[in-house]
Amino acid sequence: MKVLMKGNEALAEAAIRAGCRHFFGYPITPQTELAAYMSKRMPKVNGTYLQAESEVAAVNMVLGAAAAGARAMTSSSSPGISLKSEGISYMAGSDLPALIINVQRGGPGLGGIQPSQADYWQATKATGHGDFQILVFAPSTVQEMVDLVSDAFDAADRWRMPAMILADGMLGQMMEPVSLPEEGRAQLVDKPWAACGHGDSRPHNVINSLYLTPDKLEELVMTRYHRYQLVKEQEQRAEAYLCEDADLVIVAYGASARVARSAVNKAREQGYKVGLIRPITLWPFPVQALKKAAATAKSFLVVEMSMGQMVDDVKLAIDCRVPVHFYGRTGGMIPTPNQVLEDVERIMEHG
Amino acid sequence: MPIVFQKPRALTDAPLHYCPGCTHGIVHRLAAQAIDELGVQGRTVGVASVGCSVMCYDYFACDMVQAPHGRAQAVATGLKRACPENVIFTYQGDGDLAAIGTAETVHAATRGENITVIFINNAIYGMTGGQMAPTSLPGQVTQTTPYGRDTDTAGYPVKVCELLSTLDGVAFAQRVAVDNVKNVNAARKAIKKAFQYQLEGKGYSIVEVLSTCPTNWGLSPVEALKWLQDNMMPYYPLGVFKDVPEGVKKGGAAL
Repeated sequence: MKVLMKGNEALAEAAIRAGCRHFFGYPITPQTELAAYMSKRMPKVNGTYLQAESEVAAVNMVLGAAAAGARAMTSSSSPGISLKSEGISYMAGSDLPALIINVQRGGPGLGGIQPSQADYWQATKATGHGDFQILVFAPSTVQEMVDLVSDAFDAADRWRMPAMILADGMLGQMMEPVSLPEEGRAQLVDKPWAACGHGDSRPHNVINSLYLTPDKLEELVMTRYHRYQLVKEQEQRAEAYLCEDADLVIVAYGASARVARSAVNKAREQGYKVGLIRPITLWPFPVQALKKAAATAKSFLVVEMSMGQMVDDVKLAIDCRVPVHFYGRTGGMIPTPNQVLEDVERIMEHG
Repeated sequence: MPIVFQKPRALTDAPLHYCPGCTHGIVHRLAAQAIDELGVQGRTVGVASVGCSVMCYDYFACDMVQAPHGRAQAVATGLKRACPENVIFTYQGDGDLAAIGTAETVHAATRGENITVIFINNAIYGMTGGQMAPTSLPGQVTQTTPYGRDTDTAGYPVKVCELLSTLDGVAFAQRVAVDNVKNVNAARKAIKKAFQYQLEGKGYSIVEVLSTCPTNWGLSPVEALKWLQDNMMPYYPLGVFKDVPEGVKKGGAAL
C-alpha cells in the first residue's frame, strides 16, 4: 500500500521502521517536519525524542546513544551540520555507527532556506577534523529517502562508521506516494563493543578517540582506511539511465538528478544521445559506473545545485579522459530542465 | 588477617598519570568506592571529559565513553536515554563543565537528566598548562592572567553549584573539598548520595569537588592544600545547595 508523504516525514517514519528509537535534534528549516514527526511518533513506540539545546549537544547525545549500542540519529540543515561536525569526527574516531540527515539549504553562513547541494564537499571530503570518511547517501525521490534510511543504518552498523543522508530542501518538502517497510522487521546487529554496562561478565569497554602515541594513532587510522577501501569496493551505488549509446552523459544526484532526467528525456526527443549517471552513494563515489560510461561517452556534463563541487570527483573517476562540463545554480535556485537542455544542445553542437 | 582497607573494585590496576599532590586520585577513589558500595559496577557507564582526567577511561573498571570537550553531559544524556537502567556518571573539570560545556551542563540540569556529575573545580586548566579557568579566582595569576585575573576584563568566576541550584531539574547539588580527612569523608558521602539519587530516579545530581593543582599553581602539594583552604573556600563555600529528597521527576524513576 502506498501513502502520500512529505520527504522529511518519510525520512522520520523510515528511521522508526528501521529500528531507530533515539532521535536528538534541534529546530532548523527546511528539515523541521522531520523533528516534529519524531516528537509525535517516538513516544508511541517507546522511543526517545529529545530537543537538544544546540546542534552540538544533539550530535553528542547521538554519540552517547550510539556508544551504548542503540540505533541513533539526528537531522539538521546545512548551518546545523557545520555545528555537528565536531561530534561526527569524534564518532568516526571512535568507530561509532549513527545516522545524520542533512536537508540542505543555500549557504555559506546563514545563507537561505531554499534547496541547495552546496554541502557536497562538507559531506564527502571534510565533515570534521582529521583523517576520516563517512558514508553519504543521496536520495532523489521520497521513496528512495525511505529506502536509503534503512540502508544507511545497516551500512553504518556493518562498517562501524557514521552515515549521512544528503537530501535537500526540495526533497524534504515535496510529497510523493511511498511504500513503507513493515514495522518490526528491522534486523539489529549485536554490538559487543558497546558501552552499556559489562554486567561483571567481560572486561570494560572503552569508546574513545584519544591516542597520544603517534604510532598507535597512525596504525588505527591506517586500519580504518583499509576498511574504507573495502567500503569503496562494496558500497558504491549509482543508477545509469540511457547511458549505453550516450555521447553525452549527465552526472547529477538528488534533486538535480530529477531535473537532469527530464532534460535527458527532452534531449532524446530531439535526437541527441544523452544519458544520466545518478550517484546514489556520494561517498564512496560511484567510480565504477562512471568509468563504464566513460568507455563510450564523448563528454560529461555535471549538473548540481552548487558551484560545481562534484566536478572534480567526476574528472578523477574518468581520469580526465574526456571533457567534463558543468551547469549549476546555487543559493537556493533550482535549475530547470530547459536550462540544462540548452547546455546539452551547446555541448552537442559545439563540443 | 582480615582486610580492613583495599583499592575499590571499580578501579583498574592501571597506574594513575596524575602529578604528585593532585587530588584527582582521591576523587577517583571516592567515585569508585560509591560504585562498589552500591554494587552497580556492572551497569555503570562513565563519561570521561577532555582535560587532565580524560584518561580516567583507563582507570574506572566500568564501561567508559570519552566525550568531546564540554559535551560530557550531552553524551551522558544519550547513554542514559538509550539505557535508562544503567548508572551514568560524568567526570569533568572546570574548563570542560563551566566554560566550553556550560550549555550542556545547564540544559542537562534543567532537563533533570537522571545522571550523576562529578565536577572537579581546581580553578585552572591543568592539561593545557595552567590557563585561566572559568573558576579562577579574582586576582589569580595563571598563564593567561599573568597580572592576576582582572574581573573588569576577564569577568568573575562561575559558581556552579549556586547557578545550578536555581534550576528545577536539579535534585541534588553539593560542594565538597578533598583538603583534609574530614572533608574527604564528607565528599565520599556526597558522591555516594549523588549516585543513590540517580538509582532512585530522582533526577540530576552534581557534586562539585574543590581540588588542587600543585603543578600549575606553582605550589608544593601541602602549600596547595593550604591555598585551597585560604583562597577557594571563602569564594566557594562548602555545603548542600539543593536537595530534593522526593526527586524532581513527576513520573518517578521512569527516566
